Amino acid sequence: MAAQDVAIKASSDTLFSGSSRASRRNMGQFIRWALLFSGGVLMVMPIVFMLSTSLKFPFEVYNLNLIPEEPTIENYTYVLEDGRFYHWFWNSLIVATLTTISAVFFDALVGYALCKFRFPGRYLIFIAILSTLMIPTEMLVIPWYLMSKSFGWLDTYWGIMFPGIMTAFGTFLMKQFFETVPDDFLEAARIDGLNEFQIWWQVAMPLVRPALAALAIFVFLGNWTAFIWPLIVTNSADMYTLPVGLSSFGDEVDVAWELIMTGAAISTLPTLVVFLVFQRFIIRGVVMAGLKG
Amino acid sequence: MATLSLRNLVKTYGKVEVLHGISLDVADGEFVVFVGPSGCGKSTTLRMIAGLEEVSGGEIRIGERLVNDLEPKDRDIAMVFQNYAIYPHMSVRKNIGFGLRTAKMPKADKEKRIEEVAAILGMGDLLERRPNQLSGGQRQRVAIGRAMVRDPAVFLFDEPLSNLDAQLRTQMRLEIKKLHQRVGNTIIFVTHDQVEAMTMADRIVIMKDGYIQQVGTPLEVYHKPANTFVAQFIGAPSMNMLPGTWTGGGVRLADGLGIELPRRNATEGAEVVLGLRPDDLLVTDRKGLFSGTVNIVEPLGADTLVYVGVNGHEVIAKASGREPPQPGQTVELTADAGEMHLFDAASGEALP
Ligand SMILES: Nc1ncnc2c1ncn2[C@@H]1O[C@H](COP(=O)(O)OP(=O)(O)OP(=O)(O)O)[C@@H](O)[C@H]1O
Ligand SMILES: [Mg+2]
Repeated sequence: MAAQDVAIKASSDTLFSGSSRASRRNMGQFIRWALLFSGGVLMVMPIVFMLSTSLKFPFEVYNLNLIPEEPTIENYTYVLEDGRFYHWFWNSLIVATLTTISAVFFDALVGYALCKFRFPGRYLIFIAILSTLMIPTEMLVIPWYLMSKSFGWLDTYWGIMFPGIMTAFGTFLMKQFFETVPDDFLEAARIDGLNEFQIWWQVAMPLVRPALAALAIFVFLGNWTAFIWPLIVTNSADMYTLPVGLSSFGDEVDVAWELIMTGAAISTLPTLVVFLVFQRFIIRGVVMAGLKG
Repeated sequence: MATLSLRNLVKTYGKVEVLHGISLDVADGEFVVFVGPSGCGKSTTLRMIAGLEEVSGGEIRIGERLVNDLEPKDRDIAMVFQNYAIYPHMSVRKNIGFGLRTAKMPKADKEKRIEEVAAILGMGDLLERRPNQLSGGQRQRVAIGRAMVRDPAVFLFDEPLSNLDAQLRTQMRLEIKKLHQRVGNTIIFVTHDQVEAMTMADRIVIMKDGYIQQVGTPLEVYHKPANTFVAQFIGAPSMNMLPGTWTGGGVRLADGLGIELPRRNATEGAEVVLGLRPDDLLVTDRKGLFSGTVNIVEPLGADTLVYVGVNGHEVIAKASGREPPQPGQTVELTADAGEMHLFDAASGEALP
């Protein structure tokens, strides 16, 4: 009898503590959701605003209402019928794609060397690369410009791309990721007869695929949306990248915000594609790492 | 297949010398196990043989060839690593075949070789799997397969079993031993587990602090340890060490107890240490060498380990598994004179 009492009491105890734990969990859940929700709203607002403006007539642009009173797709037809748009889109695509390939390649190469090879001055080089992160683009554009000018790179694709063919941030990121690749992999490959470049390319690179994908997204987005440098280095409308071209919509007195927003809305499409493509690598990479014993 | 010979092998990192002249001759087809505590230089030695670490001094010969300055791939060796190091982005087939990439043989022959190796390892039907679809034991088998496929002169293993659970380790131990009997290549196997060393080796090399302490068959190092370190490292639980003085006809222990021993190569009055393995120190019903009080009893099934307090210090002895003594009980302990080991107290060297 007594034993049964104890058992009942014990079970009611666990029931009680279980429910209080559950309510505490719900509370935490609520706060988490609320935070995430407000964060989400903050991030989505500019995009919603961009879409809304792109659907407005010029007279309505400075009304900050989200739903246009007279929605129109005229801006879209205007932008898409304007031949310059395609030209700029193409320029941006070339510049961003080539820069991304180059930056990912060289960042990974240098990051790997800094991580896995022991050589004198290694640390110094790493610090030197890192310290360039502290210099803002605005300060660099003048030397870049002078350099481009004396080499005749002004108003060329190469002129737009050269500052980004390698990035300090990417080098740092890749170095950190290569730290997670055990040396055993590389040594096994060395014994199997691969040379150092093959070891990097065939063994180390596949192991950091998620990082490569993340870096590719960053670099692509960065170059796709880059504004200041392309604005400075290009002169002819033919060489404009998309952001530079879009900003030239309108005339001396008036900025055509509705057209700029329309162009911006269209220009987000490739970034979405890039993200969707590479995101799969990131998620797959994480899953793979999770299962690796 | 080949012999391996190390001559006065030295390794320094900066100013620190971590290997102080290792010399060893390994016969063709021999299974040699390097064993020793952490940091004694086992891996360093192995990696120098593999060509992954530069040789600071001395010579390494594989076959008759001096390989000091050869690239790993030119040394005709293969290595299996502790954490497998199989490539997660390749199938088992690709992983095993990886070492054949550069081999000059027709593709069909390579395929045949891969299937052969997979069959030996019992992995024939797993060839298309990715490593993340394999168990730990299977992954280690892939790593061994990748080493086997080139049929190297020397196999190098660096603690290949230490990531496996105890049961799997025992099983893989057996499999590697069988594999060796089947393929017959020379094997150098590094471990810090003395049971692995005892069970697998043709010969054991016991290392400590960058020096070889003893080289011998498992039975030699167990029954004729060269010094106190080897005596305590090999065999579990560790050998009991009782300090005393040599009287000419035996040992007078520190607590005054006298134990008779056959003639040894020691001068009278020398400080010595008497070593008695728990396996040889038996609880007996009759009058023994000495007696003591049982402190703790550890039943192992077949036998029982008894921790016995003798004049203020503790020794481990063995009793029957069926009728073990009880804590607090006074027991007599005995040992066969042939199983008593005598060491010089200062140098630790065995006194035969
Ligand atoms: N790159 C290095 N630089 C300096 N010292 C090193 C380096 N690699 C190893 N050592 C030192 O060399 C000694 C031997 O190391 P080693 O890795 O061979 O030990 P081990 O016997 O394999 O030990 P474990 O059982 O822990 O693997 C250790 O004292 C270690 O600190
Ligand atoms: Mg080691």
